[in-house]
Amino acid sequence: MGAKKARVIARLDVKDENLVKGIQLEGLRKLGPPNDFARKYYASGIDEILYIDIVASLYNRNNLSYIVRKTCEEIFIPVTVGGGLRSVEDVRHILSMGADKAAINTAAIRRPELISEVAEAFGSQCMVLSVQAKKSRTQSGRWEAYFDNGREHSGYDVVEWVKRAEALGAGEILLTSVDSEGLQRGADLPLIEAVCSAVRIPVIYCGGIGKPADAVLAVKAGAAAVASASVFHYGKYTPSDIKQALTGAGTGVRQTW
Amino acid sequence: MVTAVVDYGLSNLLSVTSAIRYLGSDAVIVSSPDDLSAADRIVLPGVGAFGDGMRGLKQSGFDSAIRREVSKGTPLLGICLGMQMLFDESDEFGTHEGLGLIHGVVRKIPSEDIDGIPQYVPNIGWSGLIPSSGSDFRDTFLGNISSGDECYFVHSYEVIPSDESSRVADIIYGGRRICAAVCSGNVMGTQFHPEKSGQVGLNILKSFLA
Repeated sequence: MGAKKARVIARLDVKDENLVKGIQLEGLRKLGPPNDFARKYYASGIDEILYIDIVASLYNRNNLSYIVRKTCEEIFIPVTVGGGLRSVEDVRHILSMGADKAAINTAAIRRPELISEVAEAFGSQCMVLSVQAKKSRTQSGRWEAYFDNGREHSGYDVVEWVKRAEALGAGEILLTSVDSEGLQRGADLPLIEAVCSAVRIPVIYCGGIGKPADAVLAVKAGAAAVASASVFHYGKYTPSDIKQALTGAGTGVRQTW
Repeated sequence: MVTAVVDYGLSNLLSVTSAIRYLGSDAVIVSSPDDLSAADRIVLPGVGAFGDGMRGLKQSGFDSAIRREVSKGTPLLGICLGMQMLFDESDEFGTHEGLGLIHGVVRKIPSEDIDGIPQYVPNIGWSGLIPSSGSDFRDTFLGNISSGDECYFVHSYEVIPSDESSRVADIIYGGRRICAAVCSGNVMGTQFHPEKSGQVGLNILKSFLA
C-alpha cells in the first residue's frame, strides 16, 4: 500500500477520427473508433489513457476535443492528451474537455519556456514532456530528441533535455523510443536507465513492449509507468495481463477497478 | 435529486459532472450562488492553488452561499482543492483563510520521507485508502469500498484536521500517513479525485448521491 504503484497506460494514436498504429512512427494502419478501444482497456484495468493526435503538429492543430470529451463521459481515469499543443490556451482548452494532463513535444523543443508557462498556469502535474528518443548514430549510449513524429531531429541530447525540462517545471516525462516503437521486441532499457537516473519526476516509457515481461523489465529499469499500444490494440495482451506480470515480479499496481 | 457542481472559474468541471450523470443522477454546473439553494447536494471541485480558489469563491459570493446551504443541512462534498478549502487555512503561497467548515490546516507535503530521503512532490498516482480508525470504512461515507481500494491523487498539499474524528481515510506517502478523506456532519471531502478513480471512485460518488 505504501510504495509507489507502477502504472499501466494505453496509448492511442489518433488520426482524424480513427485509432491508428504505426511501426517506428511510420506506416499507419486504421484500427477503428478510439473510444471503443479506450472503453475496453478501462474495463480491463488500465490506469490511464494517453491520446496522441499524430498529425496535429503537422497541421498546427489538435483535433481530439470531441474524442476526449466523449471519453471523459464514460471513462473515469486520468486522460493525457498530446499532439499539436502549442500554447497555454491550447492546454486550457484540452483540460476543459476533461483531460488531466497535456503531453508536449514539438512546441517545447521550439520554445522551452512553454514548459514553465504550462506548469505555472495549471501545475506541474499537468505538464508532461513528450520525448521521442532515437539512438545517436555517432555516439553510443546517447540519444537525440526528435519531433514531428520522429521525422525531425532537434539536436538535443535526450538526457540533457529531460534535465532541463524538469528544471523548467515538467511534472512527468513521456519517453518514447523511436528505435523500438511498434516492433514489440522489448524496451530500450539503457535509455530508460539513462533518463530515470537523470530526473526525479516520473517517467512513462513507451516503445517495444511486446509482452508482459518487457513491461516488468522497463519498470525494473526505473520507469514509473509503461505505455503500450500494439499489444493492446491487436488483443495480444490485456492491461490486466501486464498488471499480473508486474505483481508477480513484486511491483505494486492498482488492483481494484 | 439535483447535485450542484460549483463553478467558481478555475476547475475541470466536466469530469465530475459526467461521473454524476453516468451514475444516473442529475448534475448542474452552477455559476451563480443564488442557484445553490435549489440543490439537494453540492460538489465543490478544485484544481489549482488555494489562494486562487478562495479568491474565486469569495468574488463570486459562493463562500457565504456554501456556508448557508451547509447550515441548512445540504450535503457537501469537496474534491481535492475543494476539500482543502473546507478547512480553516492554508499556507500555500502565503497564508489564506479557508471556508472553516472543518477545523484544521493545509500544509505542504514534506519534501523528505520519514527516513529523511528526498521524495517527489506532488504526489501523483494511485494509492490505497486505509481507514483512519478501525479496520474498515463501515459507517462512514466510504462505506461501500474496502480498505486498500485505490484512488487517484494529484496534490502537493495535505490537510491536517485538528479533530481526529473528522478523519476518515489516509494513505501512506513517504512512510507517513496523509489524510485522504474527511467528514464532519454533512460536510465531506476527498483529497483524491473520485471522478478519476475508476469504479472505486464511482462507488464513493454513488454513496454520496444516495
